[in-house]
Amino acid sequence: MPLSFARRRVVSGSIWILAAVFSIRAEAEIVNRDFSGRFSAESRWFPETGAFPGQRSLASGFVAEPKLYLEDAAGRSFTLAPFFRYDHSDPRRTHFDLREAYLLLLGDIGDDQWELRLGVDRVFWGVTESQHLVDIVNQIDFVEHPGGEAKLGQPMVHLTWSGDWGVAEIFGLPYHRARTFSGLHGRLRLPLVIDNERVEYESAAEEWHFDFASRYSHSFGPLDLGVSLFDGTSREPFLLPGSDAGGMPAFTQYYAQIRQFGLDAQMTVGSWLFKLEAIQRSGARNLLGLEQDYAATVFGGEYTFYSVFGSAADVTLLGEWNYDGRGRNATPNRSPNTLENDLFSGTRLAFNDVQSTEITAGFLSDLGRATRALALEFDRRITGQWSMHLEAVSLLSVDKDDLHYAMRDDSFIELNLVYNF
Amino acid sequence: MMRVSPTRSKVLSLAPHLALWACLIAQPPARAESPAPEETGLKIALEARERGEGFGNFTASQAMVLRNKQGRESRRQLRLKVLEVEGDGNKSLFVFDEPRDVKETALLIHAHRESADEQWLYLPALKRVKRISSANRSGSFMGSEFAYEDMGSQEVERFSYRYLRDEPCGDLTCTVSERVPVDERSGYRRQLVWRDRNELRVWKVEYYDRKDAHLKTLTFGSYEKHLDRYWYAGEMTMVNHLTGKSTVLSWTDFQFRTDFDERDFTQTGLRRVR
Repeated sequence: MPLSFARRRVVSGSIWILAAVFSIRAEAEIVNRDFSGRFSAESRWFPETGAFPGQRSLASGFVAEPKLYLEDAAGRSFTLAPFFRYDHSDPRRTHFDLREAYLLLLGDIGDDQWELRLGVDRVFWGVTESQHLVDIVNQIDFVEHPGGEAKLGQPMVHLTWSGDWGVAEIFGLPYHRARTFSGLHGRLRLPLVIDNERVEYESAAEEWHFDFASRYSHSFGPLDLGVSLFDGTSREPFLLPGSDAGGMPAFTQYYAQIRQFGLDAQMTVGSWLFKLEAIQRSGARNLLGLEQDYAATVFGGEYTFYSVFGSAADVTLLGEWNYDGRGRNATPNRSPNTLENDLFSGTRLAFNDVQSTEITAGFLSDLGRATRALALEFDRRITGQWSMHLEAVSLLSVDKDDLHYAMRDDSFIELNLVYNF
Repeated sequence: MMRVSPTRSKVLSLAPHLALWACLIAQPPARAESPAPEETGLKIALEARERGEGFGNFTASQAMVLRNKQGRESRRQLRLKVLEVEGDGNKSLFVFDEPRDVKETALLIHAHRESADEQWLYLPALKRVKRISSANRSGSFMGSEFAYEDMGSQEVERFSYRYLRDEPCGDLTCTVSERVPVDERSGYRRQLVWRDRNELRVWKVEYYDRKDAHLKTLTFGSYEKHLDRYWYAGEMTMVNHLTGKSTVLSWTDFQFRTDFDERDFTQTGLRRVR
């Protein structure tokens, strides 16, 4: 309870701060007002029986993601984007989150520009496709999708300063969000349920530890480069076996204090994109629960054949190699897969038709263990407002030594019908 | 459990207009004294460019209607901002409003005369800015009859020219020039361009494919003069003679020399679009 109370406190707190700041500006005339968003009906079907008794085979529900945007004549704006998911089979997957609620201010300093974002926001760093290694500001909303691209809103003060010399950003992160995990009857869970009521922190300040992040990025002709630093509470939990309040065996999330240096780079040459991400992280726990400094990287590229066979379609081939210096003691970072020596290959077929039909396929293969996974996606617009997304994730095999061995029977097929407004 | 993130196609395919504005700009006639047709053709193109220079910046809205052979229609809506860059290609920012599934997706282009364009795509679902390749020339946009290169910046350096003749076009007299794309990735062997002699406005472009078949015709209409000097077309119609499909592009809400600056044409600005 204390956690959800704290979460509510920070959420309502940030809304009030923003409302207050904005009301000071209330005399400023709103010149641009926009209300948009999407509703989505979703069904996820797991063809195999779960590894644990009572796990459901069908997860259906819906998502509401409205978005309000207000802008005044000076270009200052306020964005509010709540998120709600209802899932009929797993109460843990039914959740609310404030994805975005921030005030944006901007101006000039000489030839340079500054931008300040105050409130809850999402931030993306990185270039690769098979994992988002350097991306660290936001916590993952793991119950949303195991792919790690759905992220929880993060309270922050985000200052950007940019000029001809590049873009420098600093982030003050006053509150930590714990990762979301499936419940007892949900799929894609670990052998023990994760106790959401108890989260442990290395810092005495617990979730209120003030984290700091910064990034410099710039484009040098064909090269886009970013270097980043994060110092604070890890977004990746170490799972301590124990028991919950009712005496049932459960994992407790433990968040260490870490420091991470990150590098991301992309070279864009003709039809080629060459990509690299690398991190050096200290303070984190490895799979054995021991503190171990490590380096990890993902690099590779993609090549696109345009207008293949005289049609309008484009075909892109992708390949990336994932490496983690901890080897067998590596922990999963931003996905359930342990990417200590894993090869990713994929293809994307974009038809460039009126419906923007697109098919993607990705294959992830652990070169040291028996883990193999295949993901297929199909996207298509139906009308001007309706679109669909079909996805199949097949865990062809999962090595016994992998943490997500518990998810070995959780291949799934998912269909989304989306109304965009 | 890995995902391949969406990419250019969804939007780029929508980005049908990259810089059609570049070819809407119309300009004055070349007094062809030296009869070498290559020289005359280049002269007209250069003079047209010169006449278009100095606009500073502008914003506009675009609506595009795609029509197939059976007459079924599909609509796109977007806004764009263009910043003139002295001595080089312009910077443009495209923000998509419709279809709604790509709303707030945005495309930033730094066009260059001598080197490859730079392009960044903003994907709002992930708040991700992605640098994308500018190598796609002949690809069509989302079934629209405009190819990338039709939209892309029509820089003078990207073609070689040959003046063919003068002939009447409506009430006006037009010069007809042939231009041949320098880029071997172009889908065209050649194009024929009709410009009126007085203002050098483009009224018609015929596109011939690699086999020299007449593939498409683009016609311009509803020209309006802005800032007392610059002629911009309000409507462009591209007809594909092989498929019977057509795309009509309408421009509205032109505003010139507005109060925006270079900061909107950066990756930081791209993340800010709405």
